[in-house]
Amino acid sequence: MAFLELAALAKTYPDGTRAVKGIDFAAAQGEFVVLLGPSGCGKTTTLRMVAGLELPSAGTIRLAGADVTALPPSARDVGFVFQFYALYPHLTVAENIAFPLSCGGMAKAERVAAVANIARRLGLTGLLQKRPRELSGGDQQRVGLARAIVRRPAIWLMDEPLGTLDADRRLAMCEFLREQQLAARVTTLYVTHDQEEAMRLADRIVVMKDGLIEQVGTPLEVYDEPATLFVAHFVGSPGMNFLEGERVGAGAVTLGVRPESVRVAAGEGPAGHGGTPAAHGGTPALSGEVVLDEYSGIARCLHVRTDAGTLVARVAADAPTRLGARVRLEFDPARVRRFDRASGRRLA
Amino acid sequence: MSALRVRGIVKRFGATAALDGVDFEVGERERVVVLGPTGAGKTTLLRTIAGLETPDAGTLELGGADATALAPSARDVALVFQNFSLYPHWSVRGNLEFPLRAPGRALAPAEIQERVQWAAALLRIEKLLDRPAKHLSGGEMQRVALGRALVRRPKLFLMDEPLTNLDAKLREALRVELLRLFQELQVPVVWVTHDQAEALSMGERVVVLAAGRVLQVGTPREVYLSPASPAVARQLGQPPINLLAVERRGDHWCAGDGARLVGVAEVDASRVGDAARARLGIRPEHVAPHGGETPAEVAVVEDAGPHRVLLLHFAGGALHVVVPRDFEAAPGTKLAPRFDPRHALLWREEDSPPREA
Repeated sequence: MAFLELAALAKTYPDGTRAVKGIDFAAAQGEFVVLLGPSGCGKTTTLRMVAGLELPSAGTIRLAGADVTALPPSARDVGFVFQFYALYPHLTVAENIAFPLSCGGMAKAERVAAVANIARRLGLTGLLQKRPRELSGGDQQRVGLARAIVRRPAIWLMDEPLGTLDADRRLAMCEFLREQQLAARVTTLYVTHDQEEAMRLADRIVVMKDGLIEQVGTPLEVYDEPATLFVAHFVGSPGMNFLEGERVGAGAVTLGVRPESVRVAAGEGPAGHGGTPAAHGGTPALSGEVVLDEYSGIARCLHVRTDAGTLVARVAADAPTRLGARVRLEFDPARVRRFDRASGRRLA
Repeated sequence: MSALRVRGIVKRFGATAALDGVDFEVGERERVVVLGPTGAGKTTLLRTIAGLETPDAGTLELGGADATALAPSARDVALVFQNFSLYPHWSVRGNLEFPLRAPGRALAPAEIQERVQWAAALLRIEKLLDRPAKHLSGGEMQRVALGRALVRRPKLFLMDEPLTNLDAKLREALRVELLRLFQELQVPVVWVTHDQAEALSMGERVVVLAAGRVLQVGTPREVYLSPASPAVARQLGQPPINLLAVERRGDHWCAGDGARLVGVAEVDASRVGDAARARLGIRPEHVAPHGGETPAEVAVVEDAGPHRVLLLHFAGGALHVVVPRDFEAAPGTKLAPRFDPRHALLWREEDSPPREA
């Protein structure tokens, strides 16, 4: 049964902005759900409505079996987390971690036990009496995480908590957070614009755009079987390549293929003069010139300019192809996705 | 001739040396990325090159001429900030024209128009020229900020984390655009970032900076595949490199619990000499899930899209391994990871301060 349930939830601000236009989804108890989308998609407004910081214009929110739509935040048993890093400089580590518990009116002995417990799990026991400025950056962030999750509310609501962390810290913090969430089994709703973070953390991802849900699915479903062109582009780094396909019946079709599903071969292809890539039964092919070569250590992304537009192919870091080379691109038909161009929806 | 030569630059704030003897060069048409965590001294370095800070020691040359004591306005360098810093009430055109109307730049109005059009076309912001800057999106603002640098045709571009304040998706798109732009313009650039992906893709060379010192200068491949120290190795790669304390036992390098990792004869040990203890680094994509001698158990499986990342319990610690996306694994799966000895790196123990996080 659903633990958190949003039904026809909408938010229109007094100035007429329709931030959320009627969304439905449910999360099971203990599930880690990520709301993913670009700035202005309504993800933060949705989170704030669940927290009770915004009142919905329409729809209902049910949490742990009760309708909480009109309840104030304090009556909802939610833990709202902004960013992990912002510690109170004048408080010790122990006082920082205990802060949300003191606000909740927990007895002192209980508080001390809870702080000791989370500090042990995050390896902070030796630092409890220090002030934030005495800690390394990594330790400060773990203190921030400890403070965020020391309380066990019905649901954790997290609004881009890794927002300002250096890129090299994000992965470690993601792993810490996921580990703690799995151990505590607290249902979590987490907002981010970073699809890599979403893939890494989520049991399920809710992809949002313009106040509506584009798709709900596991990270692999969203990645492999995107429901719309938007999802196909937004998820993945870089996103899917798109090609204008042939007409089927009355509608124009857009083909999508992931950069890692584009094979690169030297020289011109048989379809080297703008033939539609889907016109070939076996391996569709295109040819073009490598105009950009992005190295990422683990792999490279070659941007290839063809008659059908610039496509990105992900190749091995030590692949022989160089900038300026003429290449042939091939796609495995089984990995090509088809979308209706007008609606942007996936075709079967 | 180099566009920029930085020699022995020291900059102190009180007792702290923000820059502690920094040396590097930027070639005439070269893109150099300075990579370092928050607090490494990156922004101080850029501000010193721009003339906004005066170094306590060391020299700066721009285009072969000493510029250490030159006023900022006389350096002909353009600084682009992460927070855009546009005039919000002015139009895009007004923002782009502003640097060309500065006193001392006697540009004809036709020349100003031409440069603004040129930059707007390059950055694809022609349609925005009459819009007030405050009505632009973040990505558009950063294009305008860059445009304001481009119109000046400076001798050197200084980019201070220009993509940091943008959404991840926009960052990725603008990164590709800027790479193409700089590739086309062939201008010298110093690009500062804490994002290793940006450093590897944008830089022709990477200067790895930490605590005000240069740890290594090299091509992206050099710093990624042959990092000079564990500190450099850790700054590059996603997922991050695996670092293990190892000791030489017989003809193998072994983990602390005795697990045999790689043969002594197979690995380049030039950095460790005949030391018995060392730090071993191996990137997650250079570990095969099977074929080794030491058992491991899968703790976490992450689907990263093009591949899977496994977090293993291994030899008393953790090990990240990258496997193909169709590799079957679940928490509890037993594996026997094998390190590719050609890509295993060894450093002396004293080069390896204890891991911070």
